[in-house]
Amino acid sequence: MTHKQPVLDLSPPVSDEIRKTTCYMCACRCGINVHMKANADGDMKVAYIEGNRDHPVNKGVLCAKGSAGIMQHNAPARLRKPLKRVGERGSGAFEEIEWDEALQIATDWLAPLRATAPEKLAFFTGRDQSQSFTSFWAQNFGTPNYAAHGGFCSVNMAAAGIYTMGGAFWEFGQPDWDHTKLFMLFGVAEDHDSNPIKMGIGKIKARGARVIGVNPIRTGYNAVADDWVGITPGTDGLFILSMVHCLMKAGRMDLDYLARFTDAPVLVNGDATSPEFGLLLRDEAGKQLVICRKTGKLTAFDAPGVRPDLSATHTVNDVTHRPVFHHMAEKYLSEDYAPEAVADRCGIPAARIRAIAAEIARVAFDEAFELDHEWTDFRGDTHKTMTGRPVSFHAMRGISAHANGFQTCRALHTLQIILGTVEVPGGFRFKPPYPKPATAHPKPHCGVTPGKPLDGPHLGFVQGPADLALKPDGTPARIDKAFTWENPMSAHGLMHMVISNAHAGDPYKIDTLFMYMANMSWNSSMNTGGVMQMLTDKDANGDYVIPRIIYSDAYSSEMVAFADLILPDTTYLERHDCISLLDRPICEADAAADAIRWPVVEPDRDVRGFQSVLCDLGARLDLPGFVNDAGGQKYTDYADYIVNHERRPGIGPLAGFRGAGGTNTGRGAPNPDQLDRYIKNGGFFAHHIPEGAQYYKPWNNAYQDWAVQTGLFDAPQPYLFSLYVEPMRRFQLAAEGHGEHQPPDHLRDKIKHTMSPLPIWYETDQQGNEGFKVTALTQRPMAMYHSWGGQNAWLRQLHGHNPLYVPPKLMRENGLKDGDWARVTSPHGEITVPVLEMAALNENTVWTWNAIGKRKGAWALDEQAPEATKGFLLNHLIHELLPPKGDGLRWSNSDPITGQAAWFDLKVTLSKAAPPTESKPVIPKQKSPVPKAPKSLAWKIQ
Amino acid sequence: MTELPKSTQKKLGLVIDLDTCVGCHACVISCKGWNTENYGAPLSDQDAYGADPSGTFLNRVHSYEIQPAEGAAQLIHFPKSCLHCEDAPCVTVCPTGASYKRTEDGIVLVNESDCIGCGLCAWACPYGAREMDQAAGVMKKCTLCVDRIYNDNLPEEDRIPVCVRTCPSGARHFGDLGDPDSAVSQLVKERGGVDLMPEQGTKPVNKYLPPRPKDRMPEIDVLAPFLAPVDQGAKGFLGWLDRTLDKL
Repeated sequence: MTHKQPVLDLSPPVSDEIRKTTCYMCACRCGINVHMKANADGDMKVAYIEGNRDHPVNKGVLCAKGSAGIMQHNAPARLRKPLKRVGERGSGAFEEIEWDEALQIATDWLAPLRATAPEKLAFFTGRDQSQSFTSFWAQNFGTPNYAAHGGFCSVNMAAAGIYTMGGAFWEFGQPDWDHTKLFMLFGVAEDHDSNPIKMGIGKIKARGARVIGVNPIRTGYNAVADDWVGITPGTDGLFILSMVHCLMKAGRMDLDYLARFTDAPVLVNGDATSPEFGLLLRDEAGKQLVICRKTGKLTAFDAPGVRPDLSATHTVNDVTHRPVFHHMAEKYLSEDYAPEAVADRCGIPAARIRAIAAEIARVAFDEAFELDHEWTDFRGDTHKTMTGRPVSFHAMRGISAHANGFQTCRALHTLQIILGTVEVPGGFRFKPPYPKPATAHPKPHCGVTPGKPLDGPHLGFVQGPADLALKPDGTPARIDKAFTWENPMSAHGLMHMVISNAHAGDPYKIDTLFMYMANMSWNSSMNTGGVMQMLTDKDANGDYVIPRIIYSDAYSSEMVAFADLILPDTTYLERHDCISLLDRPICEADAAADAIRWPVVEPDRDVRGFQSVLCDLGARLDLPGFVNDAGGQKYTDYADYIVNHERRPGIGPLAGFRGAGGTNTGRGAPNPDQLDRYIKNGGFFAHHIPEGAQYYKPWNNAYQDWAVQTGLFDAPQPYLFSLYVEPMRRFQLAAEGHGEHQPPDHLRDKIKHTMSPLPIWYETDQQGNEGFKVTALTQRPMAMYHSWGGQNAWLRQLHGHNPLYVPPKLMRENGLKDGDWARVTSPHGEITVPVLEMAALNENTVWTWNAIGKRKGAWALDEQAPEATKGFLLNHLIHELLPPKGDGLRWSNSDPITGQAAWFDLKVTLSKAAPPTESKPVIPKQKSPVPKAPKSLAWKIQ
Repeated sequence: MTELPKSTQKKLGLVIDLDTCVGCHACVISCKGWNTENYGAPLSDQDAYGADPSGTFLNRVHSYEIQPAEGAAQLIHFPKSCLHCEDAPCVTVCPTGASYKRTEDGIVLVNESDCIGCGLCAWACPYGAREMDQAAGVMKKCTLCVDRIYNDNLPEEDRIPVCVRTCPSGARHFGDLGDPDSAVSQLVKERGGVDLMPEQGTKPVNKYLPPRPKDRMPEIDVLAPFLAPVDQGAKGFLGWLDRTLDKL
């Protein structure tokens, strides 16, 4: 047949309208263009989603999740109407009710609690981005029991960053992708900050910069890394401190940076008999003291013209006070940190540790460069240029979700700081509202008065034992035991302990558990089977041990089945949201930025945005802050709150288009047209930092002044990086017997050991368990977000199966071949799962994709879906408590400093199993509250 | 059975950088979304929420593990879609002329109104790049977003295939591989771009940029001078510190 071509329309219409909003297929918060098309009935429908090119986060690109948003928005698993439980908890038997009835039930349950014992409400939210709002609601309710999910996510990373350098990775900072020449990436969840990291890696690889990946598993980012370090899980801190050892020993540090911008020259009280032994010397105004190298005198660190001396000591009455830097030299020059001493435990040859340290140093110092930006520091010294040290780092859960994670994250920041690569060109840069030191954050509050708001914000950064959330009798004030001696610096709370503690009545019993977007009966809990039991357990009277559970979710998740009352949320395209500077904004290192979501389509179900429901419920409960002067509902919905709420005069949830006419930025009166202005601007607002203020922000007068003008804070707050975290020393002092706030005796040794003010590494508890020597991990597929993606018809075709990946050595040792099944046993439990060999893997580690496994009946999937038959969770193997020590105490499986869930300390054994028909344990199905999903799809708006 | 054009004015195609592809599947899903809503029949999914979901995709990412003779195993992410071959066997095998290669730009397309769903083309394609849509009964394949790249309704910067527009790591490039001066041709030249399975004689237009060598960081003897100890022990270190600070 001869060549023939049809005539094609090469310019077909693309869509009828583009509506720009913010993605919520993960927490990355990319800007999206939602293409709308009118169907045959003239109704506007979502037709296609692409990235917004103007958006600061994703600059036009979009990941698989974002592009699959249309399948999430239309998922058959969407809840349709409020639900009241009619069967046994866990069964999934519900009846649909009207919103008025649902809100009345909630009010009837909650109002008496508020009047008599507000702490009997535990309100915890999962992966939302409205924590400044939900915490405001909880604070007005008066319960101390509020937190979001950070405790089981990455609080170690966030808290270590903020305590050490006044900011952390991801939302609070980023590598200087435009200048960095060596990027070192430690374990990250690849569904987090995913597009910016992919864009960054692409950008730096295009110019030939080196990427070093440190991860037991070589997938994703680690697959494209130039060098892969397949480290033994949980030993990252040891590896990092060994590099610190090498660099200090070789004098490869930025001494000028350390002297000027960190507490390295600050003197440490050396009087072993003093109750202030080990604290920093301060003047009467509370300022840290250094010796000035020019004058030799003891001086406040920020005195104009002072040259802090990294080396000088200060002797009074025969007691020598040495600078932090001396303590560091003493600790890290120890041969305990020599590469040869750590190589076996880390699974990295000593020569390789040295080679990486040498390469980092070579790039930091021998490829240093200058940017021609003059700037003036807080001491009044003017610098003609900005020195660049083009080495950058990023890390997330891989290093933080261990019981030694806080100190490991601190170790990484110490490495960054001694190289002088934080807030300099080519290094790591903060994003507004950071830098912000821990001392500028609130402290935790837990003061309960029936019928009144809590005495302040729930969460914060303790500075010492006096700030703990303890009752006068010394018992925990919070249900999750955050801010107690067990985990004093638990800045994000411990959501993973709430159900377990509430069930145990430890530290006390609660009445109502109120949760939002947290799949706590499944993939978001340790000990999943046990948690399901706790949620359904009854007391001698036949009443549920946890009396009432209210849950809000948009989808038919596993957690839905365990609630007594369901408040159905909207999809992300049907709602208002703000991604606020008061919360977790979308800022870039060069700009303050925030964003909104707005209903690009109205719900076709009887569902309501959860935050709008809280505005209503808050008014019904008569919460101050949610009622107006006339006693009526103050905010008609969340949009009203976003526009009109003021946290401080002139400061509200959104920074853009404030004041009359929308001409103010940061500070200004509420503007009724604010949301329209955001919509016209593409759903976001960005305010750029002037050129001379873009680096050295913690110390740069130009940045500090800009931040005050923008309303990020009210007065300049320059500070020194804390290589030495003094609050930790205060807890050690208490454990040593000093002060009026004393820990229980059984915790003294642990506090003394783990609360080292300089980063240390220690074995995590489960390492030593006899027989359990194989580490077991999960990874997040880039195309899935927790359990959400499994209901997505397109995404589940990418990741519908999750075998256990096993390295060749363990396959051989256990006589396994691909397709076999293995029994995986931990000190806590056992699962039987399919295995697949994988060589690009630490030789003593097994892993699987996170949260692919589903309970039958959930997510509108068929009961025979592979996610429900062969899919599995490692969660069954992980207990929220450590194995009993015989002391009658419940020891949380968490970091002893922050309470972060130690997911990745899991140790297992493997053995070959006869193939079962399904992965074990088999969990009985839940009844689906939504109709059966369609068999096939062919999604075209026409 | 269907003739290819003697020559094409351009050779539009993709250059895919295997050194940078992180295997995120962004291209796969953006392609699915665009082509469900646009050119021809929507890309359907069977048993979408069931035991064996199976849908039509014009672009898929495969992952392969490589075990080099020395060093650690590696994982390569390998996106694959129609390569718009110059000698496209999928066209010549077509009994109805539904499969064709455009003379203007070399894009290989299926004219769905002439496609009888016989599947011969998918059998003939050595790359497995064509998929029969089970709902529509017609053959689907990458169109190189022919309904985008010339589309006056799109801003000029968006007149590129969606997979290229969406790729977060910048691993996908689009252009005229028939023009040796084009950015993509230059990239292929610089990075040693290769044909996929050249032995098949299909002369694919799309090119792959190979991964750069990995795990080549020099061991310590080369880098040792960068880590020479300043002195022995903490005491010696502090002596060095004082001397060094004097010079600052």
